[in-house]
Amino acid sequence: MSAAQKSLALHLGLIGGLFALAFILPTYHHGNFARIMVLATYAIGYNVLFGYTGLLSLGHAMFFAAGMYGMGLAMQYGGVPALPALFLGIIAATILAAVVAVLALRTIGVAFMIVTLMFAQTGFLTILYFGEWTRGDEGFVLQQKVRQIAGLDLSDPMTRYLAAWVLFSVALLATARMMHVAFGGVLVAIRENEERTRMLGYNVFAHKFAAVVISGAIAGAAGAAYGLLFGYVGATFASVQYSIFPLLWVLLGGAGTTIGPFIGALFMFYLIDYSSGLTSAYMLIAGVALVLLTLFARAGIAGEIKRRWAPWLP
Amino acid sequence: MDFGPYLLLASLEGAVGAAVLALTAVGLSLVFGVMRVVNVAHGEFYMIGAVVAWFVATTVGTHPALGFVAALIVAPLVAAIIAIAADRLVLKRVNYDPEATIVATIGILYIIQQAALMGYGPEARPVEPPFNHRIALPWYDFAAGEWFYPWGLGTTSYKLFVIAVAIVLLLGFWALMTRTKVGLVMRATQLDWDMAQAFGIPVDRVYALVFGFGAALAALAAVLIVPIQQAHYLMGGDPLLLSFIVVIIGGLGSVRGTVVAAILIGMSDGIISVFFTPTLAKIIATMVVALVLVFRPQGLFGTKAA
Repeated sequence: MSAAQKSLALHLGLIGGLFALAFILPTYHHGNFARIMVLATYAIGYNVLFGYTGLLSLGHAMFFAAGMYGMGLAMQYGGVPALPALFLGIIAATILAAVVAVLALRTIGVAFMIVTLMFAQTGFLTILYFGEWTRGDEGFVLQQKVRQIAGLDLSDPMTRYLAAWVLFSVALLATARMMHVAFGGVLVAIRENEERTRMLGYNVFAHKFAAVVISGAIAGAAGAAYGLLFGYVGATFASVQYSIFPLLWVLLGGAGTTIGPFIGALFMFYLIDYSSGLTSAYMLIAGVALVLLTLFARAGIAGEIKRRWAPWLP
Repeated sequence: MDFGPYLLLASLEGAVGAAVLALTAVGLSLVFGVMRVVNVAHGEFYMIGAVVAWFVATTVGTHPALGFVAALIVAPLVAAIIAIAADRLVLKRVNYDPEATIVATIGILYIIQQAALMGYGPEARPVEPPFNHRIALPWYDFAAGEWFYPWGLGTTSYKLFVIAVAIVLLLGFWALMTRTKVGLVMRATQLDWDMAQAFGIPVDRVYALVFGFGAALAALAAVLIVPIQQAHYLMGGDPLLLSFIVVIIGGLGSVRGTVVAAILIGMSDGIISVFFTPTLAKIIATMVVALVLVFRPQGLFGTKAA
């Protein structure tokens, strides 16, 4: 098999496996996997920017929250049905990403990280400031009767799992395709050497801009879907912690690999789930993981596998 | 209360905030200036200072002043030792690569914060100030043409003491940086790391010293503020954000700019928070700092490019 065939088989195998798990998993893990697939979609969005383009954002929670609140506020106060609301959420995140891109891409390196962090903090505080509508930290619950698409009740565990599965599959295949065509190649080229890419005649700014917008849109889609599937919208999802999580997942799974975000989200979810049963200080695990990853495994799980055994890994 | 006395009260509160912020931010600025490391865990060293101050004050327990003096010595030492350990074990091993150090210090942030949650608990605990006299302030009434004491206009001797100590410490820091061998070595390392090493300066040890020193300054600031606020494991977030704002507005790595910006930001944060909501003040501040970084990356007072 060629590398392209192998990677297609890998993606379809992962998607098929997750579909089969819908009918096998016990109730508790069934719910967890639905959540993990949505969070992995968020991580896939993050990976487009961090893993492939080499831009480290510390503010992706603002896109996740823009999707979530764009969807949630439209449903709660506008009476918009679920599916259009989902798209409104994605549009909100996309517009925000475009604005942030224009401003933040004027900076590079450490300044880019701090600027995105500050913009996300502004977004978080703005949500708190308009607490009358957003309900701040407390958040608001979306009623079960409005969480329906085409007569399908999204609060039903099986429907929810499959909806999350569709979202994840679309995001995975779309980004895998994106990295297969020339556009993805230019992103990687920018990551490896921005100056040379510019010398070769590519419009670096346009490609970076597109990467931020695509990344923000996918993160927003994940945020909107998360609110819709689990029926809760709250400011916590805009906090710094939710900007750190996708970074952690992608680093753990393997930055710049297609399946890395999923592996990272899966491992970290269960690690935190398990440790929060032992102690209330479960973020300790996240901290230790971040330090150990930077020290010993910069490439992450999928990155190490790629390096050692499977150089074809996409 | 009229506007005038109210503004004076807000300015006094702002001045206390500015004094503590200047100490914290100078620590962050020093670390960035010399090591080119953005220390996201800086706020946690501040928190360590407050928590250690509480432990020391409750252990010594004879007279608040004795515990306070002990905390002023012990807390910065503890913070410095933890910081030097973090530098040796983590930052040095990733060769101070900018992006890796940010990710690593985020990890250190969570480790320190969650360790405090486990060891110290989720409660906010007060520390008794060493002395605390209420000082009522007079105000001139133009209509009546006489001085009087408006109700509620006052401060405490401890708050004035905090401002005084902060000024002394900052002057001491300035003297250390400009008048001593240690300061010269630090400045040399900041200017040119390679050249400093070529001239026999042990850059490794300077880095560890600077990282520990920066953490100690944050811890000192926290010891000063903890009798006014309370010690809590999540208290590192706000000073971190404000220090970032100050360091960026003041020009990355410029100590003088940092002090000026700290006074500006601390005062205006205090004043805006009194008249408007603290949230709005922070929204404006974070937005401004992001835009400053975008359009004037050398900072408002900085001269060289960051």
